[in-house]
Amino acid sequence: MARRTWLAAALLMAAGVAASAQARRVISIIPATTEMLFAMGAGDRLVAVGSYDKFPSEVDRLPRVGALLDPDVERILRLKPDLVILYGTQDELRAQLDRANVPYYSYTHRGLADITQTMRALGERVGIAREANALAARVEADLGAIRARVAGSARPKTLLVFGREPGTLRNVDASGGQGFLHDMLETAGGADVLADIHQQSVTMSTELILARAPEVIIELRYGRSDAEDPRDARAWDALPSVPAVRNKRVYILHGEEFVVPGPRVAGATERLARVLHPELRW
Amino acid sequence: MPAHVDAALPPPTIRPRLAATIAGFGVLAAACCLLAPLVGSTSISLGRAFDRTIPFADNVDAQVFFVARLPRVVAAALVGSSMALAGAVFQALLRNPLASPDTLGVSAGATLGAMIVIAFHVDASVFGISAVPVAAFAGSAGALAIVYAMSVARRHGTSTTVLLLAGVALSALLGAAVRFIQILADFTDTFRSVRWMMGALDVGSYNQVVASLVPLAVAFTAIFSMTRVLDLISLGSDAAASRGVDVRRAERIGLVGASLATGAAVSLGGPIPFVGIIVPHIVRLVVGADHRLVLPGSALFGASFLILCDLVTRTAFGPVEPPVGTVTAMIGGPFFLWLLFRRAL
Repeated sequence: MARRTWLAAALLMAAGVAASAQARRVISIIPATTEMLFAMGAGDRLVAVGSYDKFPSEVDRLPRVGALLDPDVERILRLKPDLVILYGTQDELRAQLDRANVPYYSYTHRGLADITQTMRALGERVGIAREANALAARVEADLGAIRARVAGSARPKTLLVFGREPGTLRNVDASGGQGFLHDMLETAGGADVLADIHQQSVTMSTELILARAPEVIIELRYGRSDAEDPRDARAWDALPSVPAVRNKRVYILHGEEFVVPGPRVAGATERLARVLHPELRW
Repeated sequence: MPAHVDAALPPPTIRPRLAATIAGFGVLAAACCLLAPLVGSTSISLGRAFDRTIPFADNVDAQVFFVARLPRVVAAALVGSSMALAGAVFQALLRNPLASPDTLGVSAGATLGAMIVIAFHVDASVFGISAVPVAAFAGSAGALAIVYAMSVARRHGTSTTVLLLAGVALSALLGAAVRFIQILADFTDTFRSVRWMMGALDVGSYNQVVASLVPLAVAFTAIFSMTRVLDLISLGSDAAASRGVDVRRAERIGLVGASLATGAAVSLGGPIPFVGIIVPHIVRLVVGADHRLVLPGSALFGASFLILCDLVTRTAFGPVEPPVGTVTAMIGGPFFLWLLFRRAL
């Protein structure tokens, strides 16, 4: 009798695992994982997304349930998800989902290699491991191809800027020696001038910019209304001794894909490589 | 009777002390202004920096000195001086040792102005000055207008109690509005606004420094025209009135002058905390309570204090710099607690 009870319990647990492994009602509040699910062909399993999700356009028809700072727990629970993808730092949301017995997948922004690792783990969790593996392999192959293409070229000392006060060089935020932006820059054949600073972002003083003397400056624009203002790039002219300024190698690239570590990361890396290595035929 | 009837030339007894105050704090400020640009996170050759035979575009040392360091030191001097002077005026007018540019909601108004511009991507810039400082200045002026209108609305003359309470309430209200916009804004915009709120003096060019000179000149002129009046008002408005001071007019000049100085300072360096509170207190410890000494002492020592705090941020943690506001708070917070303890307030 006892054996039978244990067997029944084991079968029920196995069924539970199988149910969670085949998530059908997924909520992703993270743009990167939302993009991953669509790219794996599991977009139809999403029942809601986060406030900052913009790609692909199909997300526009899905309800929004907040984001990192303001997850709408009530709406999340009302949608009866069988998997919620949340940020690793959302302890409160995790505790609430635990109490409501809703499974979740905890995500953290890290390096470039972690993106495809996340794809595989997420695919496994949602129950589409084969599609996830194929997507991850494709992204890895594309990144590998870029790496191979720039391998023979000199690596220019590059500053990758992702924010500053418009029209001035105040509060210049740049990629430090950690994180996917740094990895993308290195993969694209640039030598990060802040590689020795083990932070994802560094707010640079004017003196630090002058001291690091980058040969190329790439500014990323990805905001809601980051309109191109030709006068804005001229702010760098205040530092004419910086080689990138002197040699007119300050580039402004627009696109959300630069800040969403998802399936478009290889395309974004190639855009970096194209401006870093115009000598190569792309 | 004019408000500044007693503010003519200082009587003979104050002159030696005024000279000593200006000389003492002046030498310190001059030393800070001259020596601070020589030190930084990188080492430069002064000879090369001033070598005119090397074209400026190729002279890294000259650019470090003239583009990275000098405008920053000048900005620190102006911001520190203005905030300290404004703090001294607010403390005298409100007869409250805790009064500072933060008390009347002026800093909160500036922060809201900056936040709106950052969150709604008002990317316009004029003569190398972005919309952020302009909006910060407008926000500080708007906050003062609201608080002042409330304080004079219900009675003849300004109510310092209403000013203080309205300032505290408005600060809380504007602070809530800032947080609300932060929640709605893009994540990176929120990060930018938080960074701005911690203060930064790396202005990167002289445009913004020059733009702040006009409001600061007006504010300093207004404030220094009322040194004697502030002494009388700090004893109480009735006592001041009995000595022939037009208290309402004096309060208006003082509030507008101090707020103008705060608005210009915050738009230049962000709402750097504690400078406006602790600098006048330190100066009073040295020279006493006479505003003919406190005001010039605060203006000069405020400049030195912020230049030194910024020097710490530039050199002590390299290559990464903490915001200067964290250094002023780390020095100012414990000092203020010590002051409270010492006076057993």
